[in-house]
Amino acid sequence: MDYTILIGGEAGQGLQTIGGALSKLLSRAGYHVFSHQDYMSRVRGGHNLYQIRFADREITSPRSKADILVALDLKTIELHKGELTESGIIVYDADFIKKTFDSPEYLHVPFDKIAVESGGSKIMSNTAAVGAVLGMIGMELTVFEDIVRKAFRKKGQEVIDKNLATARAGHDFATRECRRCSFVVPKTANSGYMLINGADAIGLGALMSGCKFYCGYPMTPSTGILNYMGSKAIEYGVMVEQTEDEICAINMALGASFAGVRAMTGSAGGGFALMVEGLSLAGMVELPIVIAVMQRPGPATGLPTRTEQGDLLFTLYAGHGEFPRAVFAPGTPEQAFYLTNKAFDIAEKYQIPSFIIADQYLVDTEWTFVGFDTKKLLYNDYRLSGDALGKTGEYKRYAYSENGVSPLAVPGLSKHLVVVDSDEHDEEGHMIEDGETRNRMVEKRLFQKFPLIRNEISPPEYVGPPNPEIVVAGWGSTYGVIKEAVGILKDKYKIGMLHFSELYPFPGTEKFDFMSLLFEAKLTICVENNATGQFETLVKASTGYGFGVSIRKYDGRQFILDELIGELDGYANRL
Amino acid sequence: MATLTDYKGQVPAWCPGCGDFGILNALKATLVEMNIEPHEVVLVSGIGQAAKLPHYAKGNTFNGLHGRALPPATGIKLVNHNLHVIVTTGDGDCYGEGGNHLMHAIRRNVNIKVFVHDNQIYGLTKGQASPTTLEGTLSKTQPFGVHANPFNPIAVAIALDCSFVARAYTAEPELLKSVMKEAINHKGFALVDILQPCVTFNKVNTYKWYQERCYHIDKAYNPYDRVEAFKLSLEPFTEKIALGVIYKHDKPAFEDYISIIKDTPLVKQPFQLEKMEKELLNFY
Ligand SMILES: Cc1ncc(C[n+]2csc(CCOP(=O)(O)OP(=O)(O)O)c2C)c(N)n1
Ligand code: SF4
Ligand SMILES: [Mg+2]
Repeated sequence: MDYTILIGGEAGQGLQTIGGALSKLLSRAGYHVFSHQDYMSRVRGGHNLYQIRFADREITSPRSKADILVALDLKTIELHKGELTESGIIVYDADFIKKTFDSPEYLHVPFDKIAVESGGSKIMSNTAAVGAVLGMIGMELTVFEDIVRKAFRKKGQEVIDKNLATARAGHDFATRECRRCSFVVPKTANSGYMLINGADAIGLGALMSGCKFYCGYPMTPSTGILNYMGSKAIEYGVMVEQTEDEICAINMALGASFAGVRAMTGSAGGGFALMVEGLSLAGMVELPIVIAVMQRPGPATGLPTRTEQGDLLFTLYAGHGEFPRAVFAPGTPEQAFYLTNKAFDIAEKYQIPSFIIADQYLVDTEWTFVGFDTKKLLYNDYRLSGDALGKTGEYKRYAYSENGVSPLAVPGLSKHLVVVDSDEHDEEGHMIEDGETRNRMVEKRLFQKFPLIRNEISPPEYVGPPNPEIVVAGWGSTYGVIKEAVGILKDKYKIGMLHFSELYPFPGTEKFDFMSLLFEAKLTICVENNATGQFETLVKASTGYGFGVSIRKYDGRQFILDELIGELDGYANRL
Repeated sequence: MATLTDYKGQVPAWCPGCGDFGILNALKATLVEMNIEPHEVVLVSGIGQAAKLPHYAKGNTFNGLHGRALPPATGIKLVNHNLHVIVTTGDGDCYGEGGNHLMHAIRRNVNIKVFVHDNQIYGLTKGQASPTTLEGTLSKTQPFGVHANPFNPIAVAIALDCSFVARAYTAEPELLKSVMKEAINHKGFALVDILQPCVTFNKVNTYKWYQERCYHIDKAYNPYDRVEAFKLSLEPFTEKIALGVIYKHDKPAFEDYISIIKDTPLVKQPFQLEKMEKELLNFY
């Protein structure tokens, strides 16, 4: 079983409500869910999509065809009727869109009328729609009913009852009227999955890594992280502030870090561009900070609500001067959770800026997982505070040390003074200009630390046979689509996936000799959601290696499973 | 008891006769008189001659980027509001490069103190016009002369309902110290614009020039009257310059609204992962 439900309509019509409810109830019922959204940069009108794919086995990417098209407006029908599978059904409210379709693949369900008759108000038409979809796929209402009860708990029993009646009516109507519906959704024995998107996973990861200060300026697709942190601020004691601009955001976060707490900021490429001088400051003053760079297509404002992997090299090279950094590019929400944790750990351990780089696609896609294990999270307080600080004889913020890492004291908790300076400085943190001290400081913060940071980086993940003839490589959010495509092609070819989620310092081959895989394969393909192959550039610069074939996509949309399979197959066939 | 020796920092690299010395001395004396110890203070600055002050005194120090002193100062105060956060900055640093931050820091009203060394010039970069440079001034980088209206920090701050606005003059140490003290004792954001002759690059606004125009605000003056304060701020700067506390508005500081730091500063709050475990359930 592997079905896709596509919901289309204008912004403000309730796509989020319907899509959100369906994804949640399907994952709770024990199916694997993969949902993603495609929306325009506007609050009302336009044309938006919410796509939910669900199956009884692991799925990690979107498909091009839909089995059920929920059309909330006429435009959805006009634009997407061609994307229907052979046995697919378009469900729509003929009264609302004022048009009737007679061909057998159309199912008219009067969402509004059902809502008014059973619930007393059109407001509940979304509930009718969810009920109808469940009727079409032959699923019981039980899980949805639980969700309704919980969602409307605060609004009282009457609202709950009306929604339940509406869901039931929608369900019954579709069950009765959809004679062509032949979907088979077998019951699962699973107890239900966790469903989470990239933005929440990053926020949750930050929260659970002890982040106590998050500030930022709204910019799609990074706003979800700011929202998440804001929603947890009061309960868990996190200072969350919307700053006047991104320049303020990074500098304020650095102030917070200096004062002794874990701090984070985030933006899209445009906002990160404004942070760049502050990033360099973090490098100079050696303060830990985590920065989320959530990519969208540029240059400039670009396509605000769409996706691209176009800021990799920018993130790697941003900032004047030379200083170390770490860059993590999660491929799934699960990786986003754990890598955000790793970013916090590395940032504080080495007193450097570290990055989580993702994109609109990963931020907005929801995946199902068995669950996250908080025991796997790292939390070491690397700061000098409490008794240890009190007992310190002499304190120098930038004391030379064996590994280049100097004690990071919290100011104000002892008589010791903590001095940081954006000018080149001596061990105490005061401005200097002499070449000798300069050399020692560069050695300390860059040469001594860099190899240690590099050692922390995990090698890429390889999925495939031991001696692949074809290796498909990628980084960040293309993980899911590459993995699934390669998984399907493996019956035909000796093909494997090599995915990089820890990008910088570029991993060495000590722990896993992934370079041999590339060298020995007959065909290597690098898949990237950008125009110039930025990851290929990084690989070339780090290893000298050049991929055989590049597959690139820069229309502002993510890769679609069927299309990628087609492209890969095309190259593989020629072998 | 803190002493002046406790506040002795590095030897200043300022030009002899520079107005910055007066501000440095007044600040050290103020902190000593208020019995504040160096480790209870964070001196935050950007870049410029003025912004070097923290190195010439003693205290925890965040000497950040040009124009960007206020954001880290805000971050520091929100994380540990037990610390005295004092920003030493220049007219270019605070009114030029960092102008946007000033506007929003005033609006936030975080309990930080901003002492602006206003020499009406860019000292460190050797004599270009600053936002407060008088109209008509010629410089290498303003070949047609300065024809932008000089920035009026006092009027702008009052317009933004800044909770404490004052002006002082480096050559009047007693008044300067009393204003600094009042600013530090005030709860909320305090802006003190301190006139500071740059003997090397500003040949117009000299000690003599300021001396001829500065006067002390009358004792009977009520700084809580916003309209009067605004009137005072609009006096023609080239003719007369009022010194003293010009405007005050007692209101809650930003921190007062942050429930999570009511009892304990953020920096002293432990991280408790166990308590967060239930967050995972929201995703099922
Ligand atoms: C981003 C950036 N732009 C420019 C400079 C160069 N710069 C350093 S200080 C300064 C002006 C300082 O003027 P002011 O703040 O009035 O301080 P003063 O030296 O007069 O005390 C400039 C332009 C810099 N350090 N950083
Ligand atoms: S250049 Fe001007 S402001 Fe700078 S130290 Fe010399 S006199 Fe003072
Ligand atoms: Mg100046």
